[in-house]
Order: sequence, then C-alpha cells, then structure tokens
Amino acid sequence: MMQGYNFAYLDEQTKRMIRRAILKAVAVPGLQVPFGSREMPLPYGWGTGGIQVTASVLGRNDVLKVIDQGADDTTNAVSIRQFFARTAGVATTTRTAEASVIQTRHRIPEQALREDQIIVYQVPQPEPLSRLEPSRAETRRMHALADYGLMHVKLYEDIARFGQVAISYDYPVMVNHRYLMAPSPIPAFDNPKMHMMPALQLFGAGREKRIYAVPPYTEVRSLDFDDHPFRAGRAPHACGLCGATDSYLDEVVVDNRGGRLFVCSDTDYCAERRATGHVGADGVQEAAE
Amino acid sequence: MAYVAVKGGEQAIANAHAWLAEARRGDPAVPEVTLSQISEQLGRAVDRAMGEGSLYDRELAALAVKQAQGDLIEAAFLLRAYRTTMPRFGHSLPVDTAKMQLRRRVSAVFKDLPGGQVLGPTYDYTHRLLDFALAAGGNPPPAPQDQADATAMPRVADILGDEGLIERDGAEDGEPGDLTREPLSFPAPRDVRLQALARGDEGFLLAMGYSTQRGYGGSHPFAGEIRMGEVSIELEPPELGFAIDIGEITVTECQMVNQFKGSKTVPPQFTRGYGLVFGQTERKAMAMALVDRAMRAEELGEDVTAPAQNVEFVLYHSDNIEATGFVEHLKLPHYVDFQSELESVRRMRAEVAQLAEAAE
Repeated sequence: MMQGYNFAYLDEQTKRMIRRAILKAVAVPGLQVPFGSREMPLPYGWGTGGIQVTASVLGRNDVLKVIDQGADDTTNAVSIRQFFARTAGVATTTRTAEASVIQTRHRIPEQALREDQIIVYQVPQPEPLSRLEPSRAETRRMHALADYGLMHVKLYEDIARFGQVAISYDYPVMVNHRYLMAPSPIPAFDNPKMHMMPALQLFGAGREKRIYAVPPYTEVRSLDFDDHPFRAGRAPHACGLCGATDSYLDEVVVDNRGGRLFVCSDTDYCAERRATGHVGADGVQEAAE
Repeated sequence: MAYVAVKGGEQAIANAHAWLAEARRGDPAVPEVTLSQISEQLGRAVDRAMGEGSLYDRELAALAVKQAQGDLIEAAFLLRAYRTTMPRFGHSLPVDTAKMQLRRRVSAVFKDLPGGQVLGPTYDYTHRLLDFALAAGGNPPPAPQDQADATAMPRVADILGDEGLIERDGAEDGEPGDLTREPLSFPAPRDVRLQALARGDEGFLLAMGYSTQRGYGGSHPFAGEIRMGEVSIELEPPELGFAIDIGEITVTECQMVNQFKGSKTVPPQFTRGYGLVFGQTERKAMAMALVDRAMRAEELGEDVTAPAQNVEFVLYHSDNIEATGFVEHLKLPHYVDFQSELESVRRMRAEVAQLAEAAE
C-alpha cells in the first residue's frame, strides 16, 4: 500500500463531507447535491467523482470491481482499480457477484445486483437539462419547480422529426416521480435495470461537483409518452463468443472487408457464460485457435 | 481469428509509463536539468505553474515543470493534486500591497507620482530579436545598482480614492470563500470570483480580457497601476490573538481604473478591476483585472451581453485543470455509447428507406 496517504487516499474530514452529501442524496432521490469535490491525482472527466464516492464508502473488507464500457480490462478501469489497490489495499475482483462495491463508467452489469452491493457511477455531466439550458442557476430553479417542460418538448420534437426519441445513451429518467436525473452515459438499454434495483446506486460528478443517488427499490422511469413508449436498443445479434441474446453488444471491426463481430460488452458476463458451456457462433473458432 | 479480447491493459500502462520516463529524460548524453536551474532560469514557467496550481512553492513547482516536460497545464495539475492532500489550517490576513517591496511599478494614468515609475526586470521594451549570444551561454554583465529609494509608494487607486474619484473597495468581514473546499454557487461573491480568476488559465483570461477591449463588454480601462514585488504573509492564529509573519511571496498586482457614468444612487466615479497573481505574471494580472471588471456589470447596473460579463460562463470555463480533463477525456473509450448511436442511426436510416420504398 502507498505510504504517506490516508486509507483510500482522501483524508477522513473529506470523506465525512462526502458521506454527508451522499446521505442527503439518498434521502432525496435524484436530487443533485453540491459537494466540495477535491482535486484528485487523476484528471477531471476520468472518474474523479466516482473515485471520491468510492473512496468514501469503501471499507477494509470491501471487494472492489471497476469497469469501463462494461469491461474490467479497459485502460481507465485498470488505472482506477490500481489506484484503490495502492491507496486502500482492498481486494479487487472482476466478478460482478463477488464485488461489494462496483465503480462503473458507461454500463450497468448484466447480472442483477443485490441488496448488499453498491454501484458507483462516474458522471461527466450530472445536469440532465444541460444541453437545453446551459445556466446552472437556471436549471437549479427548474428542478426546484419540477419544471421539466423543456425536456418533454425536446422528446416531442425528436419524435416529430425522426419518428423516435433520438437519445440513445444518457437517456433522462424520472426518479421517484420527482427529480429528472441523468443516468450517466449508460446506453438506454441499461436504463430499465435502474428501476427498483435492490442495490444502492450512487453517482459522482467530480468536475461538476455534484453527488446524487437512487436508494434501493426506488422507481426510475425513462421519460416517454403513452403513444411512444420508451424502447431500449441493442444490436440485433447474438454474442459471437457466448451466444447471449439478452446482453448489450459491442461491435468489433475484424477486417477491412466489412467484417464485424458482436460480443458482450460486459466481459464478466460473457466469461461466466462461456465457463458454463455457452458457445457463440465465433466462439468455437476461438477455442480452436 | 482476427478478434483478440483486449487483455493486458495493466502491462500496457506500465510500458507507457516507462517509455514516458525515457522520453522525458531525452538523450542521456545531454546533462539533466536540475530543479534549481528550472526555478532560476525558467522562472516565468515556475510562476505560471504556481499560480494556476494554486500552490506557492518554487521548488515543488520546478519539480512539476520538470516532471511535465515543460507542459505548464500538466505542471499545474501536479501541484493541485499535491496541494489537495495538504490540511488547511487557516487563512492569512489580506496582503498589504501598499507595503510591497517593489521591483516594478508602472502607472499608465499619471506621468509621475511619488516613488516614480519603476520599470524593473521587464521584457516590455526589448526588441524581440533572437539573441544568438544567449544561445552560446555565458553570464551577462551585472545590472547597475543604486541605493534603495525609501520613498513611500502609495497605490494609484489610493491616490484616486483620497479624492473620492474611484469607488471604495475592501474585503468584507468574515472568512473568505474557498472554492477548493466548497463548490461554486451563484450568485458567486467577488472573493470567490477573484480566487477563480487567480487560479484560472492565463490563455483563457487573456482571450476574455481581450474580447472586452474589442467590444464584447467593454469597460474603458486604464492601467491605473501594475506593481510586482515581495509582500509579507501574515497569519493570526486564534490562540495567539496577534498576527505573525510567516514569510514572503512574490506577486503581481494590477488595478484597472474604468470609466463609470454613475447611476441613480451613485455619482459618476471610476470603478475598479482587480488582478493579483503569484510570481511575475503581468499578462495574467492585467487580463484578470479586465475580466474582474467585466463580471461586475450586473452589480454596476450595466447590460450583461458579452461572454466576459457572464459570471457563470467565465467561472465554469476558466479552470484549465477542469477543462483539460474534460476535453481530453474524449480519448477514453466511448464505444458503448457509440454503439447505441450506431444502432439508432441504422434504425432511423432503415425507416427512411422503408418510407422511400413505400412511396415508389
């Protein structure tokens, strides 16, 4: 473990400040709580909010999993996992089921989370209205009044112009019938997993200095209209390696002739399936290689 | 098969760091620079790193400049990340820049004034000709010396203030805000705004200040005074009840004097724009003073129309550590979101094609 720094890097006063913000966020689901975000040794926009939240909830007996794009081995996930391995010395895992704290960027694991787990989302832009109204003084007022007409108009205009809502990730949700919330840039495919999730969901935005939360078993509805219900898209294929048809897929370019391979973005989910004998159309070839 | 599951991120990162260290050192046949060489001979770089890094420590700043291969935003980032681990044990009394040990003092609004104009070590009147003698190295002849002038050198703003020609200024009582501890909120008080500007990116402030001169929120500024030198830092620990001197720092201060026609409640008088930055950083102090004044538009009853007058816009975008992090985060993998966009575009294109077919 790294010498000269406190457990999980942040000093205890800072952790207490962050925990107070987390408690407030849990008490008012979906409300963005400003907090004294610290300058971390990793760049803003690279997970500093998630890291601060994780550092504040992490205990010595926790088992940490860090994913980026659903994968444990993407460089930034590796970097953040190493950061906690160095500063907190906690056990780490790539297996969703074994983790007590999961820090994620852009995905929710395919495997359903449990009550004894916490998922920490890295959030680049906590303000769901930011693209419609740049002033935070103004969006704050809109949240206070639950004045979300602007977002409904945006969805309506999308439907009028494109025949569908043209938001495919960071799709806005209504939490506990009260606050409009940015689910972070997860694909809309993942939105339904947030609804009534048994695990505690925490969101940290370091650069924008906001924390918000969805407590266990809270209603999280993706915005839609009665005649245009929310629909989540995924590539219409089966995973080439494990054959899954229910997982979110990455599209991998395999040659210069238009060849594509679709594979699970959740690397742990895919590996677990293959370990239990599931084989996709391209998986056999992989085994033969 | 062409597809290989991407593994080994850990090793790739370690290798990248090793390569970086080698590249940083450069040709090992060339002597390595020392921290004292950097702080002595690249002092302006050290000053900028200290200012934007919000940490006054020449040695650490020199290390940051070395470690960052001279990338000053990266150097400021290193200093900030170090600074954030330090406990905060109080705040100093306001520095008294009237008592500054001056190395430079110029006023553009008076031909002469008590203490006179002092050019100091400035590039202002150098002709920008590459000095090939400098390339060869060697020590310059010693600069002429004289007895220190003991004349008090009052601040120009105080001279104007004695006549009531410029608005009063002064810190409010109470603890100054600190945006490294508390998040920004609006309306942001002036102490927090000035802190943000003092930490802000020199290039950003320069462009914003420049924009006010070109008509985007102009405030008819005069450089009332620019001074650079050493000031004492005094701290008053509550258990002592009196101030103690904890050291001195070099700062550059700029007071802009701006036209103001007066309002219903205030007679016509000059208004202030203020800049104060660590080290010898005159360009930034001047730009800061322009932007500070521009951001006071609302308070002074002026129309808020230009970017530099928009407090939220300036404060949210002046910090280069935040900006560089977010701009550069675009190089992180985004393929999950891109995939969802791909599917969405394909779906929309299919619908358009269907409609076109149906129409035929």
